[in-house]
Amino acid sequence: MTETQSFFETPSPRGQTGIKAWLLTHDHKRLGLMYMWAILFWFVLAMLLGLLLRTELMGQGRTIMGPEVYNSMFTLHGVIMIFLFVIPAIPAIFGNFFLPIQLGTDDVFFPRLNLFSWYLFMFGGMFAIFSLFFGGGFPDTGWTFYVPFSVGTKGNVSLTVTAAFILGMSSMLTGLNFVTTFHRMRHKEMGLMQIPLFTWSLYATAWVQILATPVISITFVLVMMERFLAIGLFEPDKGGDPLLYQHLFWMYSHPAVYIMILPGMGVISEIIPVFSRKSIFGYKAIVVSSMAIAVAGSLVWAHHMYTSGMSDVSVFVFSLLTFIVAIPSAVKVFSWVSTMYRGSIQMSPPLFLSLCFIYLFTVGGLTGLVLGAAGTDIHVHDTHFVVAHFHFVMFGGTGFAFFAALHYWWPKMFGVMYSFRPAYIGAVLTAVGFVFHYVPMLILGMQGMPRRYYDYLPQFETGNFLAGFGGYLLCVGILVMFINLFFSLRNDRTAPADPWGGTTLEWSIASPPPMENFVAPPEIKGFPYDFSEVIARSRKEGR
Amino acid sequence: MEKAEKPHVLGYGQLALVLGLLLILTGLTVAVSYVHLGFWNVPVALSIASLKASLVLLFFMHLKYEGRVIRYSFISTVLFLAVMIGFTFWDVAFR
Repeated sequence: MTETQSFFETPSPRGQTGIKAWLLTHDHKRLGLMYMWAILFWFVLAMLLGLLLRTELMGQGRTIMGPEVYNSMFTLHGVIMIFLFVIPAIPAIFGNFFLPIQLGTDDVFFPRLNLFSWYLFMFGGMFAIFSLFFGGGFPDTGWTFYVPFSVGTKGNVSLTVTAAFILGMSSMLTGLNFVTTFHRMRHKEMGLMQIPLFTWSLYATAWVQILATPVISITFVLVMMERFLAIGLFEPDKGGDPLLYQHLFWMYSHPAVYIMILPGMGVISEIIPVFSRKSIFGYKAIVVSSMAIAVAGSLVWAHHMYTSGMSDVSVFVFSLLTFIVAIPSAVKVFSWVSTMYRGSIQMSPPLFLSLCFIYLFTVGGLTGLVLGAAGTDIHVHDTHFVVAHFHFVMFGGTGFAFFAALHYWWPKMFGVMYSFRPAYIGAVLTAVGFVFHYVPMLILGMQGMPRRYYDYLPQFETGNFLAGFGGYLLCVGILVMFINLFFSLRNDRTAPADPWGGTTLEWSIASPPPMENFVAPPEIKGFPYDFSEVIARSRKEGR
Repeated sequence: MEKAEKPHVLGYGQLALVLGLLLILTGLTVAVSYVHLGFWNVPVALSIASLKASLVLLFFMHLKYEGRVIRYSFISTVLFLAVMIGFTFWDVAFR
């Protein structure tokens, strides 16, 4: 491969230097990295807030904070994690960086809009911070902003929902950019069944972002109108419907769960075949299941409302529909496992984290069925069981997929290799800490401990102490992984173009990629996961 | 990659015709509001409004001349909205 200048040395637009080369960039790769640093900041902040919450709960009664601060803490933990980490993490960082490359093109369709989305993201994040220090104090509603509490509370809900509104716009514009790039910019020789699965998952996600996000934006505007004008949309006295808010909120926020998990599934679909040296099992089934999850996931929102007092018919219908989503999710899990079957498995940190994903996500999915079935949900509704289920899916799923993606694409993004040993230690500590952290919560929930409670009965103390201990272990593991990656930037272990033996287009170009991605026209394969060349190369090199 | 759509320019005559139709339909909406149709008041008003929206989309926003991707994309947004509103009736209609 000829020596080419990487995108780090070639600003876009040309002529910009220093910080301006970043703040005014149109390059999708630079924007991906700019998202990465911002999102990592938010993740660490929200993680530390979560750790403080669990520390408070390690012992009965007041330990390190009072009940009001506790309420604000779990609100901030939820808002930051959801809107500033889990939703944008994989699409905004890795989607921006790799979607155009996997499609064989030089950038997204709207590069300036891409930069604008980043500014909206940063602006929304700053609003979230401002909401802490202005107005009537910390918001204390939880990330769900349920009425009537969110309309009546003195906490600064208005500024926080404004922040979420702005972040929603950023997410929507990113989705619009991806859909347009998918259709209009991909290489002319690349048919639909030649597109890598990560890009397919981003496409499915982008549609949900475009269609569902306006619903939450409108809902937040309605909350603001209620707070400032008291028009009574949700008040029965004034002809309003108190359940309308919950319908509107979950119309977005349940599909948003799929915005969070689908890109993670795409990451796993990339990693598993590469380290199994085997073509992905059921490529078409995975593509169809991604789209099916996007569609079916938009039909199940009211399963969050079984105990809210909505009609029995609605409970029945939404419970039935919820079970349908399990089918495409299971198709993916079976496809990943089948890909590994009789593969030539090469263990690496990305694969280890992907295996953790499969295990933890499956537990999350199965506990989801307990909650999807109305009969069992009523017993564990609003308990720690829900908290554990949600974190198994969002953290055990999306979180681990995010860590796997970081370890998988880090050499491509920065052109350096990291040390495997600390990566494994960090990943094992994170996985063990995760189990210690959330399994006690599943049990606590089944024993009847409600979520979002500041204090609890004596019989719940052991479980809460164990969960807190697991939380510390989890955080240590994550820090080890991050520190290892950051230290790799200071060492001189240069990454080759294809360190893993990947087959998708990003592995055919230099690490880090040149500004225009492809200096020579990309070679589009008939099937993106054909490993015959990689295996032949390995044999030739005697590996 | 999907093939690019052919460029299209609408003539003033065609645009004026659509504008005329929209004005007539607006007049019809006002006229119908004076007739008491009972249950049909809302469906009739919504039908006229939908027809007007379709004309705007097809001609002023050029949907008629776009390729399949744009058309299907648009239809999917309408379906999504229909599902969002329609499925709440599983709750509201059976309380």
